[in-house]
Amino acid sequence: MDAILLQILNGLDKGGAYALIALGLTLVFGTLGVVNFAHGALFMLGAFCAVSFNQLIGLEKVTVDPTQMTPWGTPLEIRVPMIEDWLGATGTFILDYSVPFSILMAIPVMIIVGLIMERGLIQFFYRRTHAEQILVTFGLAIVLQELIKTWFGANPIPQVPPDTVRGAADVGTLIGFEAGQIVYPYWRLIYFLFSALIIGGVFAFLQLTTFGMVVRAGMADRETVGLFGIDIERRFTIVFGLAAVVAGLAGVMYTPILPPDYHMGMDFLVLSFVVVVVGGMGSLPGAVAAGFLLGVLQSFASMTEVKSVLPGIDQIIIYLVAVIILLVRPRGLMGRKGVMES
Amino acid sequence: MGILQVQNVNKSFGGLKALNNVNLDITEGTVHAIIGPNGAGKSTLLNCFVGRLRPDTGTVKFNGRSLLGLTPHEINQVGVARVFQTPEIFSDLTLLENVLIPALAVRDGAFRVNTWGRVDSQADVRDRAEALLADVGLADKRHTQSSSLSRGDKRRLELAMCLVQQPKLVLLDEPTAGMSRADTNNTIDLLARMSEQHGVTKIIIEHDMHVVFSLADRVTVFAQGHPIVEGTPDEIKGDPRVQEAYLGGAQV
Amino acid sequence: MTAIKRETARGDLVRFAAFTVVILTMPLWLVPFGAAYPDLMQKFAIYGLFAIGFNILFGLTGYLSFGHAAFLGVGSYTAVWSFKLLGMNPLPAIGLAILLAGAFAWVIGFVSLRRTGIYFSILTLAFAQMSYNLAYSVLTPITNGETGLRVLNSDPRVLDHMIGAGEVEGSLVATLFGVEMNGLPGFYFCAVWLLIGMFVSFKIFRSPFGLMLQAIKSNQNRLNYTGINTRPYALTAFVISGMYAGLAGALLCVTDPLAGAERMQWTASGEVVLMTILGGAGTLLGPMLGAGIIKYSENIFSAFNEQTLHQIFGVLPDGVEGAVVSVAGLFVGEGWHLTLGLLFMLIVIFLPGGLIEGGRRIAGALSRSRKGGGIDHAHPQAAE
Repeated sequence: MDAILLQILNGLDKGGAYALIALGLTLVFGTLGVVNFAHGALFMLGAFCAVSFNQLIGLEKVTVDPTQMTPWGTPLEIRVPMIEDWLGATGTFILDYSVPFSILMAIPVMIIVGLIMERGLIQFFYRRTHAEQILVTFGLAIVLQELIKTWFGANPIPQVPPDTVRGAADVGTLIGFEAGQIVYPYWRLIYFLFSALIIGGVFAFLQLTTFGMVVRAGMADRETVGLFGIDIERRFTIVFGLAAVVAGLAGVMYTPILPPDYHMGMDFLVLSFVVVVVGGMGSLPGAVAAGFLLGVLQSFASMTEVKSVLPGIDQIIIYLVAVIILLVRPRGLMGRKGVMES
Repeated sequence: MGILQVQNVNKSFGGLKALNNVNLDITEGTVHAIIGPNGAGKSTLLNCFVGRLRPDTGTVKFNGRSLLGLTPHEINQVGVARVFQTPEIFSDLTLLENVLIPALAVRDGAFRVNTWGRVDSQADVRDRAEALLADVGLADKRHTQSSSLSRGDKRRLELAMCLVQQPKLVLLDEPTAGMSRADTNNTIDLLARMSEQHGVTKIIIEHDMHVVFSLADRVTVFAQGHPIVEGTPDEIKGDPRVQEAYLGGAQV
Repeated sequence: MTAIKRETARGDLVRFAAFTVVILTMPLWLVPFGAAYPDLMQKFAIYGLFAIGFNILFGLTGYLSFGHAAFLGVGSYTAVWSFKLLGMNPLPAIGLAILLAGAFAWVIGFVSLRRTGIYFSILTLAFAQMSYNLAYSVLTPITNGETGLRVLNSDPRVLDHMIGAGEVEGSLVATLFGVEMNGLPGFYFCAVWLLIGMFVSFKIFRSPFGLMLQAIKSNQNRLNYTGINTRPYALTAFVISGMYAGLAGALLCVTDPLAGAERMQWTASGEVVLMTILGGAGTLLGPMLGAGIIKYSENIFSAFNEQTLHQIFGVLPDGVEGAVVSVAGLFVGEGWHLTLGLLFMLIVIFLPGGLIEGGRRIAGALSRSRKGGGIDHAHPQAAE
């Protein structure tokens, strides 16, 4: 029982990332009708926003203290992060909370990236075939990841969560288990809550605002909404920006869980596409449900007990589920009839 | 006994009864029009004939053989060809290739890996295809890409694609929908000529009464998923129930 | 988007003969390009085959597979196992690789072709990723995981021992009738297979079978109502293209008996898509052209480094030179993939028909202007 609970918990953070990426993919696909293979790159760019923010505030001021000498006879260099030098304790606080603070940088950056991508490239592909959309965004994804590789190198760059949440919570004791049975790192808990918050926010935005209503109507029937004289194109741009921000934030917050490297975007994209297909192309609740479902399934498949019975299952479980779902229930868990079938 | 027999066919979508106890008997060699206001179930009926939909109950028999449960390509292979509302052609291919494909489907069946010969050296099918293209007046365009055709010409091409198969029954779903008056008249002439030359049984689903009265031997009027009147065009013209179905829309 | 197809049997014969001459004389005419060394020419032939096969699926039927690298990998592993168990003769290795890749493609195709469009692409991608992940994990006894599978002196190599060629000094190389399959003989061995592959592709393109495949791409719905069962046609095309990939994978091991799982990664699947569209999907010669250009540029671009760049741009003023070199440096050496990605985008944006289509368009424009704007029957004006 406790092992099962633990595996469910273990799957939630990864599931949250899948759900956030799949949510954006579905939004873009449902409204713009574009299959965006560069969506994973947005997740990766978000993660590297956290990295650059950290590097930026970590810039150090070097002062030389001539009165002191190092053991090998050079003057002692004192390195102080500039931000501490300027802001004192506040600076130390920002340094400690670098990952959450980088959200502030990631939001404008992702909006700009999203706008450039949509206006500069995607908009010209609304009326092209899905194969061409896949190919051009696939090319873009390669370009983005190679640029990141050139700038940040090929190795993963670990990020640390703030000090106070660095440990693990004994979640089990809260629900009546003995201490030490269900121990779960704080940050992964935070990631799960964070993703739930973002998902809730996106849904609230779509349900409660006029803009959201138009977007939902557009997802249901694009042609008709266009006939009402609603400027769909401008809204497309905003939807794309929103999807970019969601993917970016998912990336920022994921950095303490997985040290970002240049190919993380593609790794997650392939899985997220599978998530979208399992959830049902064009269904937002489907994307979210399938994201968490597959995250948890993956976590179960990596249990040693499971692996000893079905070796290698952890490597393929997601793909296997996708194949089965597509064959048994072609429209996915919550897909509507007629989406992408002609 | 007719070539196509429809007995007690019912079909519902959710709570909506699209077809309500439909009985129909199509005589071989006739042109049979099915008319009725929007939502009368005409297209649903046609989709039951071609294997796209399966009726909830009832039977559809073609030459005594049930069509239920057959896939579209199987239904075509037994001799039922179909013309779509908007012309469905192979627009990346040339006109000749468009007509060669159905001809090959008759000669080689639903599936055959025939990789050795060249398409242009299949003299038998090629001659038939060229003759049909000449019949519909498209012979000199046979090597152009078919996407460049006008809508009226696309319809001609589609008819040639049907007739090259020498089907026993052709289903036409609003063959003149969205056409100009001139194109409509051309299509009527063509269809009339085809009836004379090929003598194929045809079922036409149509809105345009001009087309119906120019071509049909018999007419069935549908309302609310059910055939209400059947007769010759002249009988239909004067029938008060027909006017009521179109204008009043009330239950008869 | 036009193409009047009036290719005659004689015209095709001429074209194939010309292709044969061009391929067989590669060691001569590639000299001025600095590409006449055997290793690179082998790659041209092998990846040409891979792309020609992929084109039979994607170019004709329009089904975009993102998992063809899996069949390349299956072909490679099969070939190395054939070397290990049977011996270094490349023929059984190739035969087995084609068969096994074909069988594997049949299974994956049978499942994936139940869906169309993007669902099909994602299914093939999922299958390929599964194969890749398994090759790295549980299948290590067969694939030797990250190290890669290679032929060892201690392997049984039954046939080699039967003919008394079991004891070999130094590294093991595929050998046919006493000729080692590396260097120039290796290239010619691959070239023969390329010619066979190209010939089959010609045959398929012009056959009734090929016409049906094109009809699938053009209007699958119409084809169903025309009495054609489309799924077995698509599956046959899928299996054929899988067999080409298996052959290419085997040839990679014939010229260098080593198979690794990275050959099955989705990036490799993406590469063959790029080769095909670069040259022109659905054209006969396009995929070969695309494969040649990609492999040639990869070779050139990866070889560049800062020093060679400084030599090239040495004539420029110092300040300018530094800037140019640092910008150009992004695209060469390690940055080759960046170039590849950009190329991918540019081709899809500006030349979705590929180079062959672009060439045709230029030729068409030239001949039109020469005729003084005469009517070109190949490019009828849309009448709608």
